[in-house]
Amino acid sequence: MSAAADSVAPRSRSLWSDAWVVLRRNRAAMTALCLLAGMTLLVLVGPFLSPFTYDGTDWDQVSSPPSLANGHWFGTDGLGRDLFVRTLYGGRISLLVGAVATAVSLLIGITYGAVAGYVGGRTDQFMMRIVDILYALPFMFLVILLMVLFGRNIVLIFFAIGAINWLDMARIVRGQALTLRGKEYVEAARAGGVRGGRIIRRHIVPNLLGVVIVYATLTVPQVILVESFLSFLGLGVQEPMTSWGALVNEGAQELENAPWMLLFPAVSLAMTLFCFNFIGDGLRDALDPRDRSA
Amino acid sequence: MNATTLLNVADLHVRFATPGGYVKAVRGLDFELAAGESLGIVGESGSGKSQSVLALIGLLADNGQARGTAHFSDRDLLGLTQHELGTLRGAEIAMVFQDPMTALNPYLSIGAQMALVLRRHEGMASTAARTRCVEMLEAVKLSDAARRLDMYPHELSGGQRQRVMIAAALLCRPRLLIADEPTTALDVTVQAQILALISELREQFDTAILLITHDLGVVAGHCDRVLVMEQGQRRDYGTVDQVFHAPAHDYTRKLLAAVPRIDSPGRQGDLPGGDALLKVQDLSVQFRLPPDRWPGRARQLQAVDQVSFDLAPGETLGVVGESGCGKSTLARAVLRLVPASAGVVSLLGRELLPLRGAGLRAARRDLQVVFQDPLASLDPRMMVRDIVAEPLESFHPELSPGEVTQRVARLLERVGLEPAHLNRYPHEFSGGQSQRIGIARALVCEPQLVICDEAVSALDVSVQAQIIDLLLDLQKELGLALVFIAHDLAVVRQLSHRVLVMYLGRAVELAAAESLYKNPHHPYTRALLQAVPVPDPAIERGRQRELLGGDVPSPLSPPSGCAFRTRCPFADCRCAAERPVLRELDGSLVACHYAEEI
Repeated sequence: MSAAADSVAPRSRSLWSDAWVVLRRNRAAMTALCLLAGMTLLVLVGPFLSPFTYDGTDWDQVSSPPSLANGHWFGTDGLGRDLFVRTLYGGRISLLVGAVATAVSLLIGITYGAVAGYVGGRTDQFMMRIVDILYALPFMFLVILLMVLFGRNIVLIFFAIGAINWLDMARIVRGQALTLRGKEYVEAARAGGVRGGRIIRRHIVPNLLGVVIVYATLTVPQVILVESFLSFLGLGVQEPMTSWGALVNEGAQELENAPWMLLFPAVSLAMTLFCFNFIGDGLRDALDPRDRSA
Repeated sequence: MNATTLLNVADLHVRFATPGGYVKAVRGLDFELAAGESLGIVGESGSGKSQSVLALIGLLADNGQARGTAHFSDRDLLGLTQHELGTLRGAEIAMVFQDPMTALNPYLSIGAQMALVLRRHEGMASTAARTRCVEMLEAVKLSDAARRLDMYPHELSGGQRQRVMIAAALLCRPRLLIADEPTTALDVTVQAQILALISELREQFDTAILLITHDLGVVAGHCDRVLVMEQGQRRDYGTVDQVFHAPAHDYTRKLLAAVPRIDSPGRQGDLPGGDALLKVQDLSVQFRLPPDRWPGRARQLQAVDQVSFDLAPGETLGVVGESGCGKSTLARAVLRLVPASAGVVSLLGRELLPLRGAGLRAARRDLQVVFQDPLASLDPRMMVRDIVAEPLESFHPELSPGEVTQRVARLLERVGLEPAHLNRYPHEFSGGQSQRIGIARALVCEPQLVICDEAVSALDVSVQAQIIDLLLDLQKELGLALVFIAHDLAVVRQLSHRVLVMYLGRAVELAAAESLYKNPHHPYTRALLQAVPVPDPAIERGRQRELLGGDVPSPLSPPSGCAFRTRCPFADCRCAAERPVLRELDGSLVACHYAEEI
């Protein structure tokens, strides 16, 4: 860089920083982002604030309602386990499932979809027919089958959910890649002798990330719900480890004599889902250039 | 205000509220329009010409505000409520928009949309409305008017749709017709038809016309008076003769000087000699389209049909034709961006079409491209440095990042940008600057041949003139050969040594630029040249035009024999039976059976 350039160059704004500015103006999305950050932090450090462990039993306080006096802020369950710690542990699992499964589906979906969309023609037809076939398989049945074959294993759940979710992602990415392929800057890159793989990495993927990020934030709650559903059916995490879904399941059974067992995990779960949906909405407004009415 | 004044606008201001403060689009505009008169409002993009008119009829965007006065007959348009404006719009003031496709509702038949106007303003019953619509479609010379009423917008061509829009606008005999760039989306031969129609209808219905356009040529031939706008202000105002021959303002003089004129000689010298750099022989491109119905046979679209030409080093070949004539597809086939179905393309003696993989990439070094839309051709997520450097990095992987940056910075300066622009993103640049970046990218590997696909079409005239100067300079300095594709015949004349005219995928004439413009041999070339408006009212008035009728046929079912015969005034049965081949006539190549006699 020349000296002249250094001295005058004003800060240039990439589309990402523009999007951030727009997002900052969105009150709902920013509130949701802060809440979610707080929730993540609490889930990570919260258990250390309490003297109890997630699997330890307090025989004196079985089915205790929430109380500040005995230290069980969220009460305890039928086995005397502290619900505050259990809710936070459950949150760890639920958020982790959301993050890992979404990451897995992003990784497979973007690669698969971008290649299919950019290469096009017969390759595209072939790759997308495979996706169609996979779509036809009943997902629950597949997960149950995996559980039976490999035993209940939380890591397996992460990947099973991710491995199903990438199908949607691949379709979205492929559609985007197909339109990007016809853009003049991609043609210019081809005329400039850039290899296919590099075009996908440098031009196709960065330009479809906006749509993908929005979709990913909406995938996270979906994945958390799927995990909750699996846990609710008794197919998810294994006792004494827990997740929000499993806690809601237990709470629902004790609804009449211990309503707090349903209340706390259910509220945490709902709040997280709300946060993700608001962030997703905000990102869609911020990243969609067609909607930039400012 | 004298008796015949229809519209009197005084001190009109328009501003838009944005998060960054107010943007002033129009700043103190005054003009008058007499009944039955036509006034052209001319300006480049962003001059406020459209906004000032939209403000008059209450169609500003929600964040827009207008103040000032605008007396239409005895009422102040700016003081009317939306409801009052609603009864005025369509009845006394009608509007024709730029893009007839988006201005018509695709789900309603033509007749239903036109009848809406009559029902709203005259409470007409459907049978009476239908009769009136048929009359009006006949007035705009749409053939087969009664049947057209039941058609949907997508079944009509662009020119036909614009006729429908005009017919709908004139249904209630408005006293003022506002036409906002009514021909910008149309081909030049169709533009000539539509403009002639508007002038004719103006006399027939005694309607005043407000014609908004960026094209000075359109104004010269079809308006009584002109208003030139820049930055929301009036720069020049007077009769066409005053403004064109004795402009009062510097801006108008600059604008007039920048407009490429079809009647001014080209700026290229003699045809450079030497062995052909690029040879194209019988190049054809076919697209396969899915069948009409399934099961059925796939349809073939012949986008480029056996086109041949060659190009010497340092030469510019202009390629002209109306939209859909295959000129861009020809460029993309030469660049190997779309697959050719037959023919030979050789660059520097090496055949391009059989090349694959690494061989093809290597050959692309000498062959670069500049696209039409300056913004769409730059990746919005990349910085200028990376955009321009991309071909360099793929052809010269041995260069260090520092060397690449240096070469990019030097080149940016050469095309008129600053090195400080290296770390900016494309959206921070204007159209002209973006096109300079595109040119820098094409030149960074020092190619022998650059194909410019409508490279200046999306730019305002003054910017266009700068880019043309730049291309000419660079060509002289680097000895580049250019293939310059454009629909604007005046621009092509300035830049080209030779010109290739295409129609429906076929080459109809290939000749040295000067001889082609002075003495066109093919009837299509002649019609094309006559349709181009000249920014000079005196010349426009004296011009004898033989307007081409009709529209370009669909390339899916081209006419038998000569593709042009359906619109050609000289066509006979031989033209339907026998396809003319390119043959030599007075040093030009022409594909017409009767070129000598015409």
